[in-house]
Amino acid sequence: MLKSLLILCSLFAMNLAIGSAQATVLVEPPNLRGPRTLPEQTGKAAIRDYLQSWQNLSAALEQNRADLLDPAFVGTARDKLTETILQQTALGIHTHYQDRAHDIQIVFYSPEGLSIELTDDVAYDLQIVDHGKVKTIQHMSARYVIVLTPAEVRWRVRVFQAALN
Amino acid sequence: MRARFAVVLGGLAIATTQLAFAEAGSMTLPKTVEAGAAFSIQSGGSGKATLYVVGPGSVLKRDVQLGETTFFPAGSLFNAGHYVAILAEDSSTESSAFDVLPASSPTDLSFLARPSRLPVGLHDGITGAAYVFDVYHNLIVAPTSVSFELSSPSGAVQKRIVETQDGAAWTVMDSTAQQGIDRFVARIDRISSARVVEQVPGDPCGLKMIVEQSGRELQLRTDPVRDCNGNAVPDGTIVTFTEAYKGGQSTVDAPLKRGIAEVQMADHSGATISVASGVVLGNQIRWEK
Repeated sequence: MLKSLLILCSLFAMNLAIGSAQATVLVEPPNLRGPRTLPEQTGKAAIRDYLQSWQNLSAALEQNRADLLDPAFVGTARDKLTETILQQTALGIHTHYQDRAHDIQIVFYSPEGLSIELTDDVAYDLQIVDHGKVKTIQHMSARYVIVLTPAEVRWRVRVFQAALN
Repeated sequence: MRARFAVVLGGLAIATTQLAFAEAGSMTLPKTVEAGAAFSIQSGGSGKATLYVVGPGSVLKRDVQLGETTFFPAGSLFNAGHYVAILAEDSSTESSAFDVLPASSPTDLSFLARPSRLPVGLHDGITGAAYVFDVYHNLIVAPTSVSFELSSPSGAVQKRIVETQDGAAWTVMDSTAQQGIDRFVARIDRISSARVVEQVPGDPCGLKMIVEQSGRELQLRTDPVRDCNGNAVPDGTIVTFTEAYKGGQSTVDAPLKRGIAEVQMADHSGATISVASGVVLGNQIRWEK
């Protein structure tokens, strides 16, 4: 009885922590290298699409469905995340990433306008579920380096990589 | 109601204590691992547990004996990123974060060069940007020197050495005075990526025509049309001849053939004849019989 109550309480604590409240977003003024001026609307669109990509990432890794990555990820980033989904599927694992806070700065707009690089000091929660059992929830923080390239109607993430500060 | 709330609070306190204990666990692992390198994780205590290594770039899972070292052979973890190692027992978990860093030697360059075709003699007309990757396609964010070279058929070379920031480097170059196919190369050690940039003649420069009587008509012919650097303007470029006379005006477009443009127009004594190509105006002749 006591064990059941403890598990219930633990799950309650985890659910509180992994709840789907919207992440806080801080956008620093661009610190651009390169000769090309970044139009304000372009910068806003890139950041909007990048933040949306966290929803795609979260859904894809939670449901182990690589197709959910397609709207937001392309190239290397998509390949690597797909590989992770295949590993999760083989191991019977699901992960849930919930972004909590972003501190974003655009650092590079390539001269020909075909890529935007930004950094993001991101805080997120990571929940690990193994064969239906919640194993843990971790509060994580990392500095991500992201390279976006333009697609038909939006920017897509081509490089998505945490790097040491 | 109050009693139930107290139980929930108590449960929360226990859960929090478990998390705190997990943070202070006895798992030993490196803070950083190079992509693709072997590494190991040492656990304390006794009994059985499950070890998870989780990040967006990879997920590993091992059944482990506590108190022993778990070895991960080379190639186990090759996607750079931030990972967490979790040692899960029935009643508790320990965790520790670590980073997988890109391999130190670059093996791939993603090189963007623009434009592929431009006029000669354009200052800062050619741009190049490069991203540097390791063998596992991880972006190498540590500063790395990239050499950009633009070489023309005449042998002239422009060279810039640029250090990457967050994995990216860029440069701008001038197009040279001579038309032809240039080679634009980004290089790190023995890794290189090349693009072709075609430099075409600029606008005509010093456009000049002559007028001759030809039977009942006038024969108008340009000198060989060249740009300001002496490169022949390509055949097919349109040259416009305009004849303005009392009571009217005639205009004829003619493409360059073998470097010159040639047309026949009606003979109007006292007419003013001019020549142009695009926005470039040539000479003007007043024709009197």
